[in-house]
Amino acid sequence: MTVPPSPLMLPAVVALPPQHLAHLAPLDIAIIAVYFAMVIYIGFYLKQRNNTSEEFFLAGREMTAWIAGLSFISANMGSLELMGWAASSYQYGILAAHWFWIGAIPAMLFLGLVMMPFYYVSKTHSVPGYLKLRFGESSRLLAAVSFAIMTVLMSGINMYAMALVMKVVLGWNINFSIWVSSVTVALYVALGGLRSAIFNEVLQFVLIWAGALLIPILGLIETHGWAGMRARIQHNFPGQDFTHMWHGLGAFNHNPMGVHWTGIVFGLGFVIAFGYWTTDFLVVQRVLSAQNLRAAQMAPIIGAGFKMLVPIIVILPGLLGLAVLPHLLPESVAAHVPGANSYNEVLPLMLVRYCGPGLLGLGITALIAGFMSGMAGNVSAFSAVWTYDIYHAQINKRAADSHYVTIGRWSTILGVLVSIGAAYLVMQFASIMDYVQALFSFFIAPLFGTVILGMLWKRATAAGGFWGLLSGTVTSVSLYLWVHFNPAALAHVAFSVYAKTMAENLYRALWAWIACVVVTVVVSMFTTPKTDAELNGLVYGATVLPKLEAVPIYKNHWFWAAIVITGFFIVNVVFW
Amino acid sequence: MHKANVSIWFFNGVLLTTYGLMIGGYGVYELVSGHTPPVVLAYLHAPLWWGGGMLALGLLYCYKFAPGKDNHATK
Repeated sequence: MTVPPSPLMLPAVVALPPQHLAHLAPLDIAIIAVYFAMVIYIGFYLKQRNNTSEEFFLAGREMTAWIAGLSFISANMGSLELMGWAASSYQYGILAAHWFWIGAIPAMLFLGLVMMPFYYVSKTHSVPGYLKLRFGESSRLLAAVSFAIMTVLMSGINMYAMALVMKVVLGWNINFSIWVSSVTVALYVALGGLRSAIFNEVLQFVLIWAGALLIPILGLIETHGWAGMRARIQHNFPGQDFTHMWHGLGAFNHNPMGVHWTGIVFGLGFVIAFGYWTTDFLVVQRVLSAQNLRAAQMAPIIGAGFKMLVPIIVILPGLLGLAVLPHLLPESVAAHVPGANSYNEVLPLMLVRYCGPGLLGLGITALIAGFMSGMAGNVSAFSAVWTYDIYHAQINKRAADSHYVTIGRWSTILGVLVSIGAAYLVMQFASIMDYVQALFSFFIAPLFGTVILGMLWKRATAAGGFWGLLSGTVTSVSLYLWVHFNPAALAHVAFSVYAKTMAENLYRALWAWIACVVVTVVVSMFTTPKTDAELNGLVYGATVLPKLEAVPIYKNHWFWAAIVITGFFIVNVVFW
Repeated sequence: MHKANVSIWFFNGVLLTTYGLMIGGYGVYELVSGHTPPVVLAYLHAPLWWGGGMLALGLLYCYKFAPGKDNHATK
């Protein structure tokens, strides 16, 4: 699972050449084994703390801001996210960091400062659950079914691609990788519920940093710092700009992504980022587990602070690759050149370049941990949405609480099994990955339109919410099909004949969001809104938010949000 | 009923300590034996200081969040 705008590069991963990049020593195997033993132990250890549905699906709502915040960010850091973005930074340079900064930070802060009080005060168990409270059953069902299907499919796709990476990097059997990793995830999530997923995500977060941080450190030592790295890149690729974020975004044809700053700011920074970080239940579920409102507001801000640092272990290795491994090729070319390596292999190549026995095992464990944290995020979110928003809402409304915990455990296993099925399906029909990723992205932008209007505009009605969500999704699908069958249409969707695929994703999201908002507003104006009393706890202006107790400034979420947003502006100016 | 009360940070400490011992131990072997792997910057002996750092951090977390201290599991 990953941020929808992320160029997962899954089809490219499928085409990786068959030679192995690394060989593990017994010490490396031992390090990986210790990791598996630890995560399974945590699952068994936490099993005793999941007697109620609140405990199983929301970890008893007793996580501190730090744990919820690190889990929030870790659920998003899949291993393919790491490898895909390192490859993107090799291909596009530091432009890829937009997906970590403007494509995440403002949205995460907005979630913490503005939206979290409504999610938290409404006591909803899920994002579709909020839609039910605000707009009614039809909106919840639409959001829940689409989320459930897409989540397990994406999980399967990531599982297959990860197994393939392990085959290419280490020579591991694909079936072995799929079954060992997925059975482990199923075990610890089914046993320990969201608490186990969150505990392991925090563990995985630490591991990812421990395993990946050494690459940029040693890379910068080898290139004699940032200035030395830039000099090497300029020497290797004369005339090309890989180290400026905004400099070439004045025109579609002045940067390798083929995007314009309006697409980055409005399409990515506003619609896609806000859609993913504020309405995707995979990440929002982690924050809902916080022990009180202040912790729930603080968690995304802590997550944002760490998100801003992730380019150090993802983007920087790609840039260092441009400096020290200048001969990597596009996948389509590398596949036909014996012995050649592609952009997609830059992260494992850098790992092998600097890491001998022990450290290599740690790096590989970091990749596995990334995959497992992403998958655990998927199946725990699927389990909650399936149990609360589909099973409880549509099939069995009056069962005992313990029954829903049992359903949650079984739906976790079901989610993993469907994911495995999806992985094998993709193994047979690789092109499915393209379509499923696109399908997932169809729902993100309109869902954000529906939720944000629902939270901030009292006049939005149930009919407006449902038809807005549906028309935004239909708009997104229609634009996708239009460009798919007529590539020349891209010039209309993204405003330029020079626009590339990345620009299409950004502008398609923008159009879908606009369609959702317009239809929601128009339909709402002709239908009857709920009363203020009915909207209490759900909408700005109709809700009296609980007054937070006074705390020292260093514990105040506004203070830390100000620090993070200042850091955000500084990094953008420094790398302008 | 008894409830699990070991902090997640203690688990982190145990894992970092274990890895620190394994990787740092290999780093010591590398330094003493002179058998360095064929990697770039091998002369820096990264396993030694990276493993040592993990070990120190792991021990700190094990001590600070040891079961029995005033650490709720979710802290």
